[in-house]
Amino acid sequence: MLKYIVKRIVIAIVTIFVVATLTFFLMNAVPGGPFQAEKSISAQARANLDAKYGLDKPIFQRYLTYMKDALHGDFSESLKQRGRSVISIITTKFPVSARVGGMAVLLSLIIGIPLGCIAALNRGKALDNVIIVLATCGIAIPSFVICTLLLYFIGAKLQWLPTYGLSSWKHYIMPVISIAVYPTAYITRLMRSSMLDVLGQDYMRTARAKGLSQGVSLFKHALRNAIIPVVTYVGPMLAYTITGSMIVEKIFTIPGLGSEFVSSALNRDYTVIMGTTIFLATLMVLINVLVDIVYTIIDPRIKLK
Amino acid sequence: MSEYLVNIEDERLSFFTPAGEVKALNGVTIRVKEGEVLGIVGESGSGKSVTAYSLMGLTAYPGKLIGGQLYFNGHHINDMTEKQMRKMRGNEVSIIFQDPMTSLNPVYTIGNQIREVILLHTDKTKKEAQERAIELLKLVGINEPEKRLKQYPHELSGGMRQRVMIAIALACEPKLLIADEPTTALDVTIQAQILELMIELKEKLGMAIIMITHDLGIVASTCERIAVMYAGNIVEYGTTEDIFYNPKHEYTKGLIRSIPRMDAKEHTRLIPIEGTPVDMLNPPKGCKFASRCEKCMKICLTEMPPVTQFDEIHYTQCWLNQKEEMEKNGQAAPAADSEEAKGGAANE
Amino acid sequence: MKTNPLSMQLRLDPEDFLPASQEEKQGLVVMRESVGFWKDGLRRLMRNKIAMVSLFFIVVIMIFSFIVPAFYPYRYEQQIKGSENLKPMEYSEKELAQKEAGEDIFPHVLGTDKLGRDYAIRVMMGSRISLIVGLVAAVIILVIGSVIGSIAAFFGGWVDMIIMRIVDLIYTVPDILLIVLLSTVMKQPIEDLATKPGFGWMQMLGPNMISIFIVFALLYWVGMARMVRGQILTLKQSEYVTAARALGAGSGRIIKKHLLTNCIGTLIVVTTLQIPSSIFTESFLSFVGIGVARPTPSLGSLASDAVNGFGTYPHLLFIPALLISLIILSFNLFGDGLRDAFDPKLKD
Repeated sequence: MLKYIVKRIVIAIVTIFVVATLTFFLMNAVPGGPFQAEKSISAQARANLDAKYGLDKPIFQRYLTYMKDALHGDFSESLKQRGRSVISIITTKFPVSARVGGMAVLLSLIIGIPLGCIAALNRGKALDNVIIVLATCGIAIPSFVICTLLLYFIGAKLQWLPTYGLSSWKHYIMPVISIAVYPTAYITRLMRSSMLDVLGQDYMRTARAKGLSQGVSLFKHALRNAIIPVVTYVGPMLAYTITGSMIVEKIFTIPGLGSEFVSSALNRDYTVIMGTTIFLATLMVLINVLVDIVYTIIDPRIKLK
Repeated sequence: MSEYLVNIEDERLSFFTPAGEVKALNGVTIRVKEGEVLGIVGESGSGKSVTAYSLMGLTAYPGKLIGGQLYFNGHHINDMTEKQMRKMRGNEVSIIFQDPMTSLNPVYTIGNQIREVILLHTDKTKKEAQERAIELLKLVGINEPEKRLKQYPHELSGGMRQRVMIAIALACEPKLLIADEPTTALDVTIQAQILELMIELKEKLGMAIIMITHDLGIVASTCERIAVMYAGNIVEYGTTEDIFYNPKHEYTKGLIRSIPRMDAKEHTRLIPIEGTPVDMLNPPKGCKFASRCEKCMKICLTEMPPVTQFDEIHYTQCWLNQKEEMEKNGQAAPAADSEEAKGGAANE
Repeated sequence: MKTNPLSMQLRLDPEDFLPASQEEKQGLVVMRESVGFWKDGLRRLMRNKIAMVSLFFIVVIMIFSFIVPAFYPYRYEQQIKGSENLKPMEYSEKELAQKEAGEDIFPHVLGTDKLGRDYAIRVMMGSRISLIVGLVAAVIILVIGSVIGSIAAFFGGWVDMIIMRIVDLIYTVPDILLIVLLSTVMKQPIEDLATKPGFGWMQMLGPNMISIFIVFALLYWVGMARMVRGQILTLKQSEYVTAARALGAGSGRIIKKHLLTNCIGTLIVVTTLQIPSSIFTESFLSFVGIGVARPTPSLGSLASDAVNGFGTYPHLLFIPALLISLIILSFNLFGDGLRDAFDPKLKD
């Protein structure tokens, strides 16, 4: 167990380090800089800005400085939103995205898992076909289509729900649904195929031969085995979702991390790009460890090594 | 109801696959008395397992019983609801499957899986169930039962797992134990141990056993009665002596010939049964074995052979036996009428 | 007169008991027609109604995006003065006047956008771009992924380890993040490169589209590589490959005859399913504003442009949105059909 923890920590540090390095050189590889596009300022002012943020120094030196500061927990200030530290941007925007995303993941699990089971148990019947078709549609429809449809019909035409911001629980409904459609559909399909697989296993026959009712053999014997692939999928999906959907945040004007990242990438806000990238990579690594631990709880055959 | 524990009369069962109806059983009749050991022998797909599963109501989709009567321990299986059937399974009749590697649920401990069936069919408390589980593991010859109960299936060897499966099957002292190729997936040395254990337990607990196998050696050493199945029919049925020392059906004879013998001279070749099993989607009209039978006659190709009874127990389904019996009994056996035979030949 | 097989009472004919000839016996053995892998798969695919309907949609959309625009009276970047913001099938005053004068004016089937561009042709061009992105990206991913995956599988050792580390790394970073980053980063250098002699073809495709391809090539090979590696490793250990090697088959023959033929079904299926996922990503990128460059439309950018005014002109949004969903759905369903037909063991 100790060996596992040490191994995971080493891998995590290396991963985050490599990701940070790659990102740093990648974004600096492009000619021009964050202040290039601003026509309103003079060449002198631009040079001053570059000097202030150290952008005039050679890239390798900047890299070393950044990494050293980052190790000390200093992720510097945003280049574009003057006066705001990268950390404060992340800490204010991430909770917003995490709340919306977390609800969406929860929703997709609550709907997707039972739906997949129902489809598998009714294999080949009409209900199964209906669920499959719905799930396939859910996978095929891009989130911006769902967002705009909801916005147009429920928000604008029927005026049932508010269309922007997050000031009451009603504001959450449409964004959460828009984000949840894809994972729900995916989990449904995954659950169905893994359930079908498990239902054909010999130990399910044993359960029936013991005289267990369908309910018990399903809930006790099948579900726990069938859910293992879903765990694999939900881990990374959780990381993506709680860090914010760029599309949904853009359309519903939600001040989350997803839309922040896109605008920082488009604006070349170097420090924000770096900060969010490192943050996301760390989150991803943490969630992967979590998934591994959940695995060992569900499936005793898997040992952490 | 009758003196028999198991009484299957003329069972017909088909699988309705997208490619067409597969007639898995075409009139199978099996009777087992209490405490008796019946062996069902046949190659893969001959319907051995299907027969046994249908007795427990475990017929897999898309299989469907389309004819015949099934009685077990006073129950009329045909009329039973799923709920009644559940009460019977694991309690009055148990089954051991072929592959102990996959027949136990990998995510639960051995103890959990044994206690489950005890708690389901008896009024025992959890503690009593635990004691019973320990007792069962001792019974099937597993040492350190307390420790084993906490282990997961993947931590045990194949033979050990099969012992656990037997423990689960015997938990509620069933009247009938169905063993579906219980040793096929095991090493030869383990095979012998498991078989020995089963017979020992049978003596101790007095249950009947239906032993399904394709291994004639196993039935010879364990069974009192043997049914030989081919393509959904019982082609020969008799005592172990009948089958091994006085086989009548050509298929049975072939099977016996293909067993390696200790007393055979060196360099004697084993004699295989030529040909391949029938296509169950398009079975031939007559005897299913006809195309592989050395003594096949014209009638075998077009008509199902009737049952030929040799004594109270021993019977076959074969035209050749039928013909011989008719001749022996001095009936107006067709072959005696040689003139007509000549005439028939001349017409060709 | 032969016996009537339908009669209940069997009339036994002595002739029936004559030995059957070899030919007669062989007549019984109805062998099912043996079909090759491709023919069998194709037959299963043709029988799959959903897959066939999807294929039909794909073909229709392809005709409209690749063939119809050549005959269409409007061009996608052509701005018609006075015809801004027309509803479907509506004519501007000027065009009405021209019609009065006897000119033949092709109707704006889907109306026009705010710059007076015919929307139907823009949607067709948009589909063309989306399809090109999907198809080319899938091919790129197929080639890179299978090459790297097979290198990892064949060489093993540290080569395999390094490749798999990289794969893990790319898996760890949220892909959307890298896509956004890479495509903003690469826009400039590719635009610069495209102006140099010899790279003029890049201008034709548009620098953005090339950067999208590069992004896909850099990121999405990992899934394919992992799968190919897994397949080859399994196949390498499979007994028939060992058997082939034991029979003296060379590496080249093993790769060609065994590994390739066994992988190819899976590869085709995964590549087909990669197409909709690439189209999906491209539409997302275009919607965010980092997809293909204006004035070239893609379905995503058309939808994105229409978002602002969609209270008044909802059809401008719904048409590309519907089309993109339809394209992705059709490819997904067709891919599922292919999987069921050619690779039943592959699951979600």
